[in-house]
Amino acid sequence: MSNEAVLHAHEVSHDVHHGGHDGHHHHENFITKYVFSQDHKMIAKQFLITGMVWAVLGGLMSVLFRLQLGYPEASFPWLEDILGKWAKGGHISAEAYYALVTTHGTVLVFFVLTAGLSGTFSNFLIPLQVGARDMASPLMNMLSYWFFFLASIVMLSSMFVETGPFSGGWTAYPPLSALGDASPGSKTGMDLWLIAMALFVVSQLLAGLNYIATILNMRTKGMSMTRLPLTIWALFFTAVLGVLSFPVLFSGFILLIFDRNFGTSFYLSDIFISSVGALPNEGGSAILYQHLFWFLGHPEVYIILLPAMGMVSEILSTNSRKPIFGYMAMIGSLFAIAILAFLVWAHHMFVTGLNPFLGSIFVLLTLLIAVPSAIKVFNWLTTLWRGNIRFTPGMLFAIGFVSLFISGGLTGIWLGNSALDIHLHDTYFVIAHFHIVMGVASMFGMFAGIYHWYPKMYGRFMNNTLGYIHFWVTIAGAYLIFWPMHYEGLAGMPRRYYDYSVWESFKQFVELNRFISTVVIIVFAVQLLFLANFFYSIWKGRKVTTQNPWESTTLEWTTPIRPGHGNWPGEIPEVHRWAYDYGKDGKSFIPQTTPVGDDESEHH
Amino acid sequence: MDMAATNDIEKKRMHPHKFVLWIAMGSIVMMFAGLTSAYIVKRNDGNWLEFPMPSVFWYSTVTIIISSLTMYLAQKAFKAREMARYRSLISVTAFLGVLFAVLQFVGFIQLGHQNIPLFGVKSNPSASFLGIITGLHVLHVLGGVIALIVIFFRAHRTRVKSYNSVPVEIVGTYWHFVDILWIYLFIFFNMVGTG
Ligand code: HEM
Ligand SMILES: [Cu+2]
Repeated sequence: MSNEAVLHAHEVSHDVHHGGHDGHHHHENFITKYVFSQDHKMIAKQFLITGMVWAVLGGLMSVLFRLQLGYPEASFPWLEDILGKWAKGGHISAEAYYALVTTHGTVLVFFVLTAGLSGTFSNFLIPLQVGARDMASPLMNMLSYWFFFLASIVMLSSMFVETGPFSGGWTAYPPLSALGDASPGSKTGMDLWLIAMALFVVSQLLAGLNYIATILNMRTKGMSMTRLPLTIWALFFTAVLGVLSFPVLFSGFILLIFDRNFGTSFYLSDIFISSVGALPNEGGSAILYQHLFWFLGHPEVYIILLPAMGMVSEILSTNSRKPIFGYMAMIGSLFAIAILAFLVWAHHMFVTGLNPFLGSIFVLLTLLIAVPSAIKVFNWLTTLWRGNIRFTPGMLFAIGFVSLFISGGLTGIWLGNSALDIHLHDTYFVIAHFHIVMGVASMFGMFAGIYHWYPKMYGRFMNNTLGYIHFWVTIAGAYLIFWPMHYEGLAGMPRRYYDYSVWESFKQFVELNRFISTVVIIVFAVQLLFLANFFYSIWKGRKVTTQNPWESTTLEWTTPIRPGHGNWPGEIPEVHRWAYDYGKDGKSFIPQTTPVGDDESEHH
Repeated sequence: MDMAATNDIEKKRMHPHKFVLWIAMGSIVMMFAGLTSAYIVKRNDGNWLEFPMPSVFWYSTVTIIISSLTMYLAQKAFKAREMARYRSLISVTAFLGVLFAVLQFVGFIQLGHQNIPLFGVKSNPSASFLGIITGLHVLHVLGGVIALIVIFFRAHRTRVKSYNSVPVEIVGTYWHFVDILWIYLFIFFNMVGTG
């Protein structure tokens, strides 16, 4: 972040430069249009496609390590062909297994569900839905993508180094992350992991600053904050969380870098490492890292979830042809979640020897999150209630999101009790909890968003039938994969083990693990179907012929079918009402740009 | 960002770039808040070396306060269109910024002479924290110096005369911000760090 001032200065010069050449037009060529584009819509697509590449890689990693978990005895010769020494004799090695689990986690949490999700939809929707021609600073926006791209390259390269990628878990706890000798992945792999994550943090900060400034500063005439669609509110809180919590992660990383490379003792103490002996460090504490990590880590899970919540609210309302139930309560609960997100990080540390009194405060604060969460669920369900529902693929995924959020939120309440957590911590119960409530749910939000806004992105529709197949297989698969994991976790099966079949007490789960792994493969295959649908439809999908195919009220549907840079060819439209006038006064919907009529019933 | 202007016709909103700066400052504050909280947590863990701040930090503190003053005067000169005066005040500010960085570095060397290494296996976290936190702060000051240099050269341009005060105000705000940040850190180190 130290170069922030530089960036500002740079950008300001750009600004003045423009001022000097008034009336000059953009000359777009391939490079400025598709590569170094400053158009928020193109940057959104760049985030989306890069996120998809990572989703495929990260998903493939999970398929590989699920093969190990489901078929620990079997040998797959083709694995040796693709993984080489990491799968000697067709058997994934322990090191490779840990590397796969770690990279899967890092990539899915940060690169897919943070950059791929909020990067795509904040970029795409913020200017279009608030009525702006572009972001507050298009240049910073472009830089944010390219920092993400660099982070991606570095992370990718870590998979090809001699000692393998980092393998100490996505949370990168010391000493595995702080000490090169601790494991093969702790050497170059960890260096690259840290560089990639530092670049990623810079990307997120540039992006977040821009989103906030755009939402607060660049709304069109008449677009008061309480007329904003809930997507924008959610993306706003997402950005606030990111801007305030990523710097803290960054400070944690800085201390880690010094411990790794400059012999300091923030996290390292005089522990004994079998190949090295006792360390010369004195008095460092790994718990300190956990505090810094989870101070980001918990807000991060909401950074992942809130965009999905926002889009789901919007899609549910549009496709139920009903106003969202409790608009202000939706904003209020987003706000409450954002505040509480900063006050609960220690629930990840109940069993670290945390003072039990302190623990009980964190139990209370953690369980408080259930209140705004329940408000949101209630409002979604009441929005659906007796709606005139249009089951588009986007709508199905939005409904699926609500289902998953309920299922996963309930297990959160179990974990939030520090006494129960003694038993459940670091078991498959936690894996089940966060995959359902965060991983799959946010994925569903992302799918919902893609199906819903695809016509605006590419001027074509995705294929509906494939969309339905995608939905049903994915939702059934997600529950079949993660539901049984609750039982494994309750039985005490720890997470992050390489081979459970050697434990007498977990032998009962051999069949179940094989079942889960089989479903994983099927669900992964169906995601490829989605990708095929996505890319095929860019060129061959059914063409959008009307400006507003979903009969929606929001501003993005007042732009041309394929909007250019600047979004609206003429003036930016003025807004006269909130975003949820569906089924009002006998009209199916009233766009935000329609002035309020004299005979209209109560008006927002 | 001509579009910003179009959007602003209706109401006089804060310039988007100024706004971005304010949020960026919030973000920087969070980074230092994270580090200083970690400092407190670590100190309470024990094995904490207490030592007085290097005396030269007093000089650097005075230096950065004066630089805020010159920055303030530079902004006034700019608004009054006294470009020559503005340019010299900007240069003085940038010079003081560099001087500040040098003095901080001298402080590190002083500590080294007292056998308090900041880094390396013999270092104590209390010294390492001091090194990292002040080091990061110096980087932010140097970022400000670069911004000053940019607006300095902008004032020299003869082809496009720009009396747009936004860039100057942005750099000014940032400069006062790093000044206040240092004062906070300095007080923090003196109160919490050394017994
Ligand atoms: C009612 C709401 C929730 C409560 C009370 C809750 C509580 C908890 C607790 C106590 C843990 C720690 C379990 C352990 O490690 O022993 C945990 C883990 C986790 N939760 Fe939640 N949670 C809730 C909702 C959510 C939501 C909405 C998300 C994401 C969008 C989420 C994401 C996660 C993740 C990613 C982890 C595991 C991180 C890891 O150890 O790798 N949780 N949750
Ligand atoms: Cu949490």
